[in-house]
Amino acid sequence: MATDATVRRWRRNPSLLSGAVILGLLLVVALVAPLLLSGSAETLTDDARLGPGAEHLLGTDAFGRDVLARALVATRLTLLMAAAATAASFVAGVAIGALVHLAPGWLRETCLRLIDSAVAFPSLVLALVIAAVLGPGMGSAIVAIAVAGVPGFARLTANLAATVADKDYVLTARLLGVPGLRILGRHVLPNISGPLLVLLSSSFTLSLLDISSLSFVGLGVQNPQYDWGRLLNEALPSIFAQPSVVLAPSIMLIVTGVGAMLLGDGVASLVDPRTRGTAPAPAKTAEAAGPAAPAQDGAAQASLASGGAGAATGTGQDGLLTVAGLTVRAGDRTLVDDVSFTIGAGQIVGLVGESGSGKSTIAMAVAGLLPEGVRANASRLALGDLDLLGTPPERRLATEIGIVYQDPIGTFNPALRLGTQLTEVARVHLGTPRRQAAQDMVRALADIHVTEPDRRLRQHPHELSGGMLQRASIASAMTTNPRLLIADEPTTALDVTVQAEVLRQFRRINREHGTAMLFISHDIGVVGVLCDTVLVLHGGRVVDRTTGGDLRRGTVTHPYTRALLAATPAAVEAGGTLSAVRWTADAHAAQPSGAPSDDLSDKAADRPPAAEGSR
Amino acid sequence: MSATATTPDPQAATPLLRVEDLTVELGHGIAARRVLKEVSFDIPRGTTLALVGESGSGKTTLARTLVGVHKPSSGRILVDGAPLRTSRARAGAATVQMIPQDPYSSFDPRRTVAQSLAEALDPIRARVKPVRTRIAELLSQVSLDPDTMDRYPHEFSGGQRQRLAIARALAPRPRFVIADEITSALDLTTQAEILNLLADLRRRLSLTMLFISHDLAVVRHVSDTVAVLLHGDLVELGPTGATFAEPNHPYTAQLLASVPGDPRFRLDDEPATT
Repeated sequence: MATDATVRRWRRNPSLLSGAVILGLLLVVALVAPLLLSGSAETLTDDARLGPGAEHLLGTDAFGRDVLARALVATRLTLLMAAAATAASFVAGVAIGALVHLAPGWLRETCLRLIDSAVAFPSLVLALVIAAVLGPGMGSAIVAIAVAGVPGFARLTANLAATVADKDYVLTARLLGVPGLRILGRHVLPNISGPLLVLLSSSFTLSLLDISSLSFVGLGVQNPQYDWGRLLNEALPSIFAQPSVVLAPSIMLIVTGVGAMLLGDGVASLVDPRTRGTAPAPAKTAEAAGPAAPAQDGAAQASLASGGAGAATGTGQDGLLTVAGLTVRAGDRTLVDDVSFTIGAGQIVGLVGESGSGKSTIAMAVAGLLPEGVRANASRLALGDLDLLGTPPERRLATEIGIVYQDPIGTFNPALRLGTQLTEVARVHLGTPRRQAAQDMVRALADIHVTEPDRRLRQHPHELSGGMLQRASIASAMTTNPRLLIADEPTTALDVTVQAEVLRQFRRINREHGTAMLFISHDIGVVGVLCDTVLVLHGGRVVDRTTGGDLRRGTVTHPYTRALLAATPAAVEAGGTLSAVRWTADAHAAQPSGAPSDDLSDKAADRPPAAEGSR
Repeated sequence: MSATATTPDPQAATPLLRVEDLTVELGHGIAARRVLKEVSFDIPRGTTLALVGESGSGKTTLARTLVGVHKPSSGRILVDGAPLRTSRARAGAATVQMIPQDPYSSFDPRRTVAQSLAEALDPIRARVKPVRTRIAELLSQVSLDPDTMDRYPHEFSGGQRQRLAIARALAPRPRFVIADEITSALDLTTQAEILNLLADLRRRLSLTMLFISHDLAVVRHVSDTVAVLLHGDLVELGPTGATFAEPNHPYTAQLLASVPGDPRFRLDDEPATT
């Protein structure tokens, strides 16, 4: 690894740097102070109990010894004791916590419960008991603190190891025949080292304090040896007459603690390859090669007008939802670039594209739900007479736009009954009485084929299947009879038979209520069957406007849409090669969107764009 | 339908994998559930069986039983007529390998690609140096640049990681491979790449594979035989082409008609069952 890179990594890691500097200085003090200062620290003189002055910066103690010198000399012993105790408890604790996972089930459970109860016991009390039993002295203090620290490490290691042991890579290693001990050493321990190192540093700080406490109460270091705790102990009788005496050991304790914590944090982020900040993924560049500068207004309007196949877009200015020149930026990244479309009353418009194409961002911009730090600009963004660009009245937003999300399980609060959540909009924004709202919801649920709607309202979300929950959230989004329903990948998390049923419900709602819909999906088959108009997105831009019918029949002209269709297993004959052509917007930047182009012809010739999906 | 379907093989008489009356229960006592109910099927050498089912049908349980994570409560799993050794013995490793579903959790984030593949080649020592040329071979087999072997998993896209997972599964030259929903986390184009790669590998290496998926359209492209699981019961088993044209079980027909893009798909009909 290049030293240059190492230097840069250290620079980008201020906590590592400052922690290392502090502990480095302390180490120097620990090495040097006993050599240089033991004279003034340990020689008895007649200058007893002097206040701070030029000769003795922090004064002298009862025997005329320099207080500052004593604190500095004590650094070595204190650090050695704390380090020894921490190291011992770290090794023992991690070993116990990791090895527990190799034990058979019943033994493992027993050990884990034992560790849990040991953690519950206050470690300083445990240490006091052990130190008292072993008798006062340096050795017994170290043993006491080490033993008291073991359960903490063991428990953290066991818990962290349990989460890593569930990962696919551990299962795979097991399948490959890697022995258990090696799995622990190779996969489990490295992946939990971050939190362990943080605990190591905080545990060092705790050991430092605990050992000092033991010395302070007289169970630790004995005369004539002294550590910081002992110094505090000696300073105690004269704390009122001479407060400066406690200053030096206290400051040393605090500085050491802070240094250890900073170093722990720094090391934790240093050893994780994910935060090292290496080069980005090699293949991503082609996909990310999006347009950088926003096009001028004139050109944008021109390309909009030439929106080729989108014949059904034609409701023009009378559209219910008008989106014109929508651009969404997060910092200096452009997520959505100059997108324009309209949705007429009763129309279903689909947005289709692969991940990162900006389709969900458009939906969230329309709904006014963009996350913090993401900004939307548009020349016009309006739902009928409701301007969505400024801060539209919350009540109108809530009642005129309904939203259905991708993950039906994450949409609901698991702690509340469904009835409370499903009728919330009606009760809060429409002022419907609770009983009336519940009755309406039962009818709505029955309409959308939710079985036993009465009982569902009293149930909690986890008691329903994903399909039932998604139907419930559609019913909930429809309570206010919104003018526009935004559905963001509403069937992606569902099984295929359930998806078909949910799609039927969208179609039925559209037919019966005339609700306009903005339907987002990555599945070109799904948008093909449901939507009137389909916008194909790539890299935040609309690259093609087509119709559901054209998608179903495969009669699309734009190369990217053709490439998407040719990559769809359902649309390609069995045994045929699926097209996996990477399409970049750059190649088409010069072309007006929608115009046919033959950029792909050389690669796509392997497989003519498939229109033969249906028999 | 597939070009690979029939290569005459002298050993084709005994299937490579035979599953007989496999029943698996998960949980203990009153919480015990029968997740698989007397499932039987064969996978002849060099062919691919696709296992289709919706969530909760037991397909992942079946995969995990085949690799020894779950113990069958009854039934047998035979490889070349001999019971599969599902213990952690090293003999098991060369028999069956699995390509996991999630390309993001299947690689140790702290180890380079070369280290992960070296582990597949030599589980005990996992040393990279002696096997660098073999690793390069494996990477080019899945159309990845061998120069990327010293990178970490987070530097690869989802599709590339799935290629890596395939390379790792093939490294110990297993006798058969289980692919568990390996394209469900991928974009359409990436999925197409992976499916094409699998088709290519099946042809070149005459892989024997169990391909698990919830997506019937995907299955049609990679399998010789298709099996459909419904709540732990195997309700359909037959050649892929014939089954797609004329399903025997009503559930299979319903599954097929639920794929948007299938000619049988109807949006305006009320569903057969409510």
